[in-house]
Amino acid sequence: MTVPALAIRGLTKVYGNGFHALKGIDLDVPQGDFFALLGPNGAGKSTTLGIVCSLVQKTAGEVSIYGIDIDRDFAKAKYHLGVVPQEFNFSQFEKVEDIILSQAGYYGMSLREAKPRCDQLLKDLGLWDKRNGPARMLSGGMKRRLMIARALIHRPRLLILDEPTAGVDIELRRSMWDYMRRINREEGTTIILTTHYLEEAESLCRNIAIINNGEIVKNTSVRDLLTELDTETFLLDLAAPIERAPELDGFEIEQVDRAQLALSLRKGQRLNAAFSQLSELGIDVVSMRNRANRLEELFVSMVKDDNARAGANRAATPSEETPS
Amino acid sequence: MNPRQILVALWTLVVKEVRRFTRIWPQTLLPPSITMTMYFIIFGNLIGSRVGEMDGFDYMAYIVPGLIMMSVITNSYSNVASSFFSNKFQRSVEEMMVSPMPNWVILGGFVLGGMARGLGVGLIVTLVSLFFTDLSIYHPLVTVGVVTMTATLFAIGGFINALLANKFDDISIVPIFVLTPLTYLGGVFYSIDMLPDFWQGVSMVNPILYMVNAFRYGILGVSDIPVAGALIAVALFIVVFFLLALWMLERGKGIRS
Repeated sequence: MTVPALAIRGLTKVYGNGFHALKGIDLDVPQGDFFALLGPNGAGKSTTLGIVCSLVQKTAGEVSIYGIDIDRDFAKAKYHLGVVPQEFNFSQFEKVEDIILSQAGYYGMSLREAKPRCDQLLKDLGLWDKRNGPARMLSGGMKRRLMIARALIHRPRLLILDEPTAGVDIELRRSMWDYMRRINREEGTTIILTTHYLEEAESLCRNIAIINNGEIVKNTSVRDLLTELDTETFLLDLAAPIERAPELDGFEIEQVDRAQLALSLRKGQRLNAAFSQLSELGIDVVSMRNRANRLEELFVSMVKDDNARAGANRAATPSEETPS
Repeated sequence: MNPRQILVALWTLVVKEVRRFTRIWPQTLLPPSITMTMYFIIFGNLIGSRVGEMDGFDYMAYIVPGLIMMSVITNSYSNVASSFFSNKFQRSVEEMMVSPMPNWVILGGFVLGGMARGLGVGLIVTLVSLFFTDLSIYHPLVTVGVVTMTATLFAIGGFINALLANKFDDISIVPIFVLTPLTYLGGVFYSIDMLPDFWQGVSMVNPILYMVNAFRYGILGVSDIPVAGALIAVALFIVVFFLLALWMLERGKGIRS
């Protein structure tokens, strides 16, 4: 059996201010996977990835990268790792090419070895014309691509992308998706992605873990996760405005505004049945779309349920400061 | 990392550091040259001609070693302090942290970069001084040894300062309020023999006095203090500061949460 690209056991992080960012999480990412780590802000995603990349010190637990325990030989494990952080973390005054070549040097790659690889990455990521300019002159999307090129210079087997397409326009986002798919498929690079665009996770990733309040609340395949979705909401644009939402037998419907209704469809229900009733009431629908993508609805409901459970547990457990 | 890879990583960092301070030469190389020229003109030429001789040398020749040393100290310190803090500030320090480079290579790369600027500026100041006085070197080995060790020590000091700094103000406090007064009071412009006994005693606890005098000994052959003791003290300080900086780096002080 092959070792996972990333194996995490009992990973715990307590910050200096007492904040429990990670509460002993376990996670396996198989080799060659395209894996999404999702969670709301402050859930523990960046802390987890920060520990894997050695930017954050763990409190307890074990992390192995391609079977190499980071406590035993972090330097060796780091050779397998490429990191694209959430925020720009390069010198804005350096030349684009120098940033990538310096990174190669930090991995011990000679200039003769690194230069052809650097040229290829600059071309693949559409930065060739900008290679001799300072990084500060790049657009936001180009800066993100620069960080991807930098992370790939030493041919890592595991690439961590922390919100790589944040603030990137749709066209560029699609081209970055294509590129990531290509290196995952053709070079076998394992990719771990965190993103707030759940459409991105649904489109790119095979497996997914959802982290909330420092715990993994779900770890499964995207396909299995989507089968758990039992309600989808559609927005119906009406031909003529109405004063209030109609009552439909067996369907939940609410008014968004005078010209739009939100129709919730449970598993097994048919849209036709809803449309028939709307037609009988003289309401014409001119167009229709999902209110959110499917994964987003599931994600929101899971995080909501988990937060509600956490809240109930807190309420049931008296704190030390509660007078007895 | 194997030894070849370590050398590549170290060389990469040094080249990057040298590229940085040469790219911004109007901020790094030009100002000390102009300032030191002013010192030579005002203190050496104009005032110095009225001061006469000091320790058997004319005043201009006497202050040259101190002024060279002053440039080396401030430039090696400031280079590492500002460069490493900029890396922290722009988070580009993460580029190094995620790489397999050992911490001693990171420290070594920045220190060598700081030394390159300190010694580079020292060389420029030396060349400028040749317009004002004849310079013959009494003891080349001591001269090179002292200036190199001083640049090393203050480059490490700048690194520690940058690790501890949280804002840009924090990297200018030490140069302004500690290094500059200690350098001025370190016998750059005078021999401590001129001071009353009490102030001579106080001067002896100033580490920069030892470096300036050891360097002056290398160039002129005169010193207020025993040179061998000064060299040993500087070497010990280098070892202690290097280990301290390395320990802080290993602990992730100021760079890891």
